[in-house]
Parts: sequence; structure tokens; C-alpha cells
Amino acid sequence: MTTTTDAPPPMPATSAGGAHVRALPRRVAGAVGAQNTSLIGALIVVVGTFTWLDDGYLTRANMTVIGDTVAVTGLLAVVQTVVIVCGALDISVGSQAGVASVVSAMAFTSTDGNAALGILAAIGVGIAAGVVNGIVIVYGRVNPVIATLATLAAYKGVAQLLAGGRAQGYVLGDDFFIFVARGKILGLSVQIWTLAVVAVAVHVLLKYTDIGRNIYAIGGNDTAARLAGININKYLVSVYALAGVVAAIAGVILTARTGSGQPTSGSEGLELKAITAAALGGCALKGGKGGVGGTLLAVFLLGALENGLNVVGVNSFWQNVAQGALLVVAVVIQQRRNGERAVGLPT
Amino acid sequence: MTKNPSPDLPGPALAVEDIHKNFAGVHALRGITLDFPRGTVTALMGENGAGKSTLIKIINGDHRPGRGRVLVAGTPRVLHSPADARRHGIRVIPQEPEIVPHVSVAENVYIGALPRKPGRLLDRAGLYRRMRSDLERLGFAHAIAPETLGSRLSPAQRQLVEILRALTTEAAVLAFDEPTSSLSEHEVETLFGLIRRLRDRGLAVVYVSHRMREIFRLADRIAVLRDGELAGVRDAARTDEGEVVRLMVGRDLSALFARNRSARDRVVLEVRDVTTDDVSHVHLDVREGEVVALAGLVGAGRSELAAALVGDVPIRSGEVRVDGRPLRLRTPRDAVRAGIGYAPEERKAQALFLTGSVRYNIGVAVLDRLRRFRFVGARRERLLAQEFVDRLDIRTPSLDHEVRKLSGGNQQKVVLARRLARRPEILILDEPTRGIDIGAKAEIYRLIDELAAAGVAILVISSELPEVLGLADRVVVMQNGRITGELDRADADEEAVLALAMAFDLAEPTQGNPT
Repeated sequence: MTTTTDAPPPMPATSAGGAHVRALPRRVAGAVGAQNTSLIGALIVVVGTFTWLDDGYLTRANMTVIGDTVAVTGLLAVVQTVVIVCGALDISVGSQAGVASVVSAMAFTSTDGNAALGILAAIGVGIAAGVVNGIVIVYGRVNPVIATLATLAAYKGVAQLLAGGRAQGYVLGDDFFIFVARGKILGLSVQIWTLAVVAVAVHVLLKYTDIGRNIYAIGGNDTAARLAGININKYLVSVYALAGVVAAIAGVILTARTGSGQPTSGSEGLELKAITAAALGGCALKGGKGGVGGTLLAVFLLGALENGLNVVGVNSFWQNVAQGALLVVAVVIQQRRNGERAVGLPT
Repeated sequence: MTKNPSPDLPGPALAVEDIHKNFAGVHALRGITLDFPRGTVTALMGENGAGKSTLIKIINGDHRPGRGRVLVAGTPRVLHSPADARRHGIRVIPQEPEIVPHVSVAENVYIGALPRKPGRLLDRAGLYRRMRSDLERLGFAHAIAPETLGSRLSPAQRQLVEILRALTTEAAVLAFDEPTSSLSEHEVETLFGLIRRLRDRGLAVVYVSHRMREIFRLADRIAVLRDGELAGVRDAARTDEGEVVRLMVGRDLSALFARNRSARDRVVLEVRDVTTDDVSHVHLDVREGEVVALAGLVGAGRSELAAALVGDVPIRSGEVRVDGRPLRLRTPRDAVRAGIGYAPEERKAQALFLTGSVRYNIGVAVLDRLRRFRFVGARRERLLAQEFVDRLDIRTPSLDHEVRKLSGGNQQKVVLARRLARRPEILILDEPTRGIDIGAKAEIYRLIDELAAAGVAILVISSELPEVLGLADRVVVMQNGRITGELDRADADEEAVLALAMAFDLAEPTQGNPT
């Protein structure tokens, strides 16, 4: 055998003025991005399939159900996107939401029904939980996965201790919580609006501010970011604090939905959904790449899928299997695209 | 290419024919034809970016050639991986040996093929027995103890472990890629003794180095690469340093270095008695409009000094002054604010956001100037990036092109653009032309001259002597974390710089007594 290849050696010279007129579909795809195009495609396939399987799927009532289930997951996924763009991970977001849920209800009750104080207390706890994560990681030098795995357990314990192991407080006598749980603005639920507002705010933060640029820089190459004079430690702790704040907002929504502070119910397992959505939405788990748009599309895709499986009556145990499989598949696809060699542990 | 097949030995141990290799727009090798006969040390020389490392990687199976073929003992072979290359008897000793720290030398040497007893139990006694007999046979019984832990080995011993790995697997071709960069003079002599012995046993040795003197002490043949082509092959006995340099550079060196500047008297950067974990009592001045080159061997502490001056490693004692004002350097942020621009040695690992666009990579350093109320102005950023793309002649299809797709020279220009965007008063450039082609080098030299003419104080760290001598108004030489001397442009030549760079070693002459 020979090693000769008859391919001509010269490289195709990259032309400096690459302003070719492209066909419209390609231009749209270019603007949306390949990742998002395939997510939209998948969303259409999923919705189409379940509509075909069950008439009740594509109805206004069911879409509202999907919207509300997606709201809490979406919040956590959006903020997870920021953490992942930094090159880190926050597994503890679900537990943080649980603590916030309990604290909001308890603060509400103990202040004789002051909803604002309840929410402030929840957000304060969220910030504290996030800052602890950040400090353990940055100054304790603990790997983010390990650190937040530990606080996942610890914060869950804190929530259970505070609540004495059961649901706490009753908030549905309050107009504000009722509004959060059932209110609508322009035909969309308040929960979806909350997601929309947070998502837009985070999107603007990431894409249009210097803070966002620096977050991408830290995730893309932390040495370069440090040498460029970015205070990486401050950013990392702040990003975890932001995760705590958004998790607290999710916790308040959970409280409003069920009418009481829930230490674990409704928040357990959300970290998996949030990370899956971010990975599926195109966030590089190594950091430096990803955005809110892709994550949101993935959140809706996951929500539509989960709801559809419920509607057609697939056992929820199978749904767990599917969810785990989906995360693996999302990352495998990502690594394939990066052209990573299959040798030893992944980088 | 002429081959002389003999009945016993079918062709040279290793040969390459018309090898081409492209990397993302860079034609790294353009038709190299070269053979490596048995019992011969063939030195591979050339400037950084000439293609030496690429050729070594092709021999090692890391890269597949775009065109051309590799012949092992006269037979064409496709080398898919380093493991494949080893199966064919080719072994490349890496610059930084791969050592498992917490196991013994013997296990490190036989890793992957440890002797076993039935039931997959490790035959520990057999392992050490085999190690001892191999050491005895190769004449290294006193150089290394089989029980020593990998983490306790000296740099030369680490190299020895790699060499032993090669020898215990029947290698016919042994390639060394700059093996002496981390060795002391004494260790170099030990290594050379070993290599000569291996050559006399009939191995084909490939030896890559920058160091002219080493080459003439060791090599039988010298092959010189330039810009991806074979510039010439010479018998070591029938050539001299001058000819090799001419082959390496291929043109009049002085033409590369522009000089339209004149240093002024005002001292901008003053380093006073600075001590860190790696350097001690460093004294250094850089004036307005002056280019000072920091020369020395790899590991002399130059990059470590740079890291201290940009606030990335703590200064234990001493003072750094900019414009006469003492600087508090706790983080790189302090240096950036004081007007110090820094282009680190490893541009991909330390400076570039590889998946980011050209625009992003340039703009990221000046976000504080581009933003209004924290919102980054996309148009302002574009204008700024375009300005530098034009001024530095960065060849990129667009401002949105990913930086990792650019050639090394253009990537380096992006790094420089980012630093220049802050209008620094002081620039510290660590190996600014490493791994880039000669054309881009010339452009960077011209830029350095231009910046100095505009008054910037520039400190250049370089391991390439021609670059040091061509660029510098003043050469400061370091060794072992200390400054060993300072030479004015008029007094600086290769001999003088090397003498200072190896001052301690020369104090104890070790010349020409082959072991």
C-alpha cells in the first residue's frame, strides 16, 4: 500500500470580500444558526407527531399547561446558560429553588402576609446560596461539579430542616401569589411572562453588555481573560449569585403554584432538565459558547416532549430514562461536532 | 531521490519522499525528500516555523502527510498514530517526557508491557530484574535506579526514561525534539554520550535543535529546513556555522529588521531588585522608544519575569516603577491600568479566544472604552477592529471570522492589535514570532520598530539569537533567574550573548571530551 494521495496541495485561498448573495433559506438559517434551526425542526417534528397521535395535544388548554410547566425549568435553564458559558456548572439550582420556596412562604406567614417581604427573603437566601457556591469553588478550589453536587444535597437538607420535612405556610389568601399562580397578561400566564422577562434580561446581559463579553471571555480562555485584566473571581462569584437569584424567583413561582413552601416537591430534578436544555441548546460545556435563544428552544422542545409523552400515556419511569438519554445524546453530538478524538477522558 | 539498496539493508532506516503538509491555510511542508541512514546522527535545523516539528510529527504518526510518502527500511508505510510508528521501530522522544509521577522508573519504562505472572499479577521481581539487566546492557546502571519514583527524577533522568522506553521496544529510528532545552551542560554531555553510543549500535538518530554548537558536537549530517522546504543537506565535517545560518535564513538577515527609531532618555519602565519565586534581584530599565531584548536559554526565568511585571505572579521584594511612580502589582488588572501591554508566549493558550471572532478578540480589551452604560457599541467595536485589521494588515476574510481559523502570524497580529487598542506605554512581548512564517515575522519586526519610533518602551523576550540581535537596542541576558549581563547593540553578537546565557556552565569547561 502506498501513502500517496492525489489531492492537490494548494489550500483554497479565503477570499477577502466574501459577500456572496446567498439564497433566502440559507440566509435565514445563517441568521438563526444551525443549532437553532435543527431545534426548531425537532420542535415541529415533536409537536406534529403528538398532534397526530392525540387530538387533545395541540389545544389552547394543553399549550397553557406546557407553558406553565416550562416556566420554572426555563428560568433555571436560562441562568444555567450563563453559568455554563463561564465554563462552570451549577447542579444545585433545584435545591436553591426549594430553599427559596420554603423561605418565601415562611417569611410571608411570619410577617402577617407581606408578599414583598416573602419574595425579598427568598431572593436574599438565593444570593447567599449562590455566593457560597462561588466562594467554595473559587477560593476553596473545588471543582464546580463537585461543589454544587455537595450543595445540591446540603441546600436540600436546609430546606427540609427549615420546613420540618413538610410543606410550610399558606399563601393563596394573598392577591399577589394568586396573581403569580393564575394571572394572565395579554392572554399569557404570569409565569410565562416572568420567564420572558428574565430571559430577555439575561440575553441582553450576555450579548450586549461588557459584562456579557467578559463572561464569554472567561469561559473561552480564562488565562487570556485574566491577563486582559478581568477580575475572574468577582465574575464567577457574581454569576453563581445570579443563579441563586433566578433559582429564588423559580422557588417563589413554585410556592405560588402549590400555595405553600415546598422543600423538595416540584424542584427536585430540575437541575437535570436545566443542564439538558442548555446542552441541547448549544452551550459548549467547556464554556465560551452558547446563548439564551438556543436554551429556550430546547426548554420548549423538552416541555413539548414531556407533555406529549404524558398525553399519550407513556410511563413516567420511561420519561426519566428518555431524559437521561437525551442529555447524553446532546453532549455526544456536541463533542462530535468539536471533532474530539476518542482517547481517554474527555476534555 | 537516489537510493543505494544493499542486499543486507533495504534502503535507509527511514526516508521521506516529497512530503507536503497544509494546516488551515499554512503550507507547512512543501515537498521534503530526505533519508535517515543507519548509524548516523542527522540533525534537523531551521528557524521556528520552518517545518521541523511538523516533519517530526509526520515521522511520529501524529500527522498524515497531505502528499508524499514515508518509507521505513525501504518499504512505504502509512503511520496512523504514534503507536503505529512505534510498531515500525520509530520512536520520537518528546521535548517534555511523559512520566507517571507516582510509580517507579521500572514501571514507567515498561508501561503497557509489564511482565506478568499467571493470573495477571504483576511480576515485580521480574520487572526489576529486567530493568537492571537492560540498564547494564545499555551502560546506564549508575545513571538511574529502577525503584526511584517518577516524580523524583531530574530532567535528564526523565529523558533517559523515554530513551529506555524506546530501546526496550527495538527501535531502529530515534528522534529527539530539542532534548536539551531543560538540561544542564553536564546533563547535555551525558545525553550526547548516550546518543553517540546508540548511533554506534546502528540506530538512525534524528536530532532537532536550535543550538548551533550542539549540532556540530553531535551530528554527522545537517539537514536545514526553511519555510517548509529542504534548504540543503551538508556533511557536518564539511560545513561551518556560517553556511548553516545562511541556509536557515536564506537571505540577508539585516533586511528583515527595520530601524527608524531612536531611543530617548526618559526611562519609562524601571525594575528595581525584583525577586519572585523564580527570579532574583532583577534590575532593568526600558526607555521611551527603546527595544530591549531579554535573551537567555529556555528556563532562564525570562517568561517568569514577564509574568511578574504584568502582575500575574506575586513579587516578593523589590519595586517596579512606571514613569517614576511605583506600581502596586497585585493582579494583571493593575498592569493593564498602568499602561503595560503583554503578549504572552503561548498565544493560543494564554491570549486568544479561539472560537471568538477577530472583532471580539480585539474589542475585548477595550470594552470599558467601547461601552455606554455597560452596553457595548457594535458599530464602535467594528470601527476599532477594522482600524487595526487595516493597520496591522491582518489577513482575515471578515471581522466575524473565527480566530482559530487564521494562520499563526495573523493570530499573533490579533493579539498585538488587542494590546495596541489600549495605547500602551510599555509593551512586553514574549516570543512574538514563535511559529510564524518569515513574511509575517518581518511585518511584526517592522511594527515593533514603528511602535518604538512612536515612543513605546518595548521589552522583547526571544530565544532566537538572530531576532534578539536584529531587534534590540540593548540586550539583557538572563540565566537561572538572574541577570548575567547587559550588552549594547554595538557589542552584542552571538558569542557574547551565549557566553552570558551559559555563564555558569562555561566557568567549568566541559569542552570536547566524548565519553
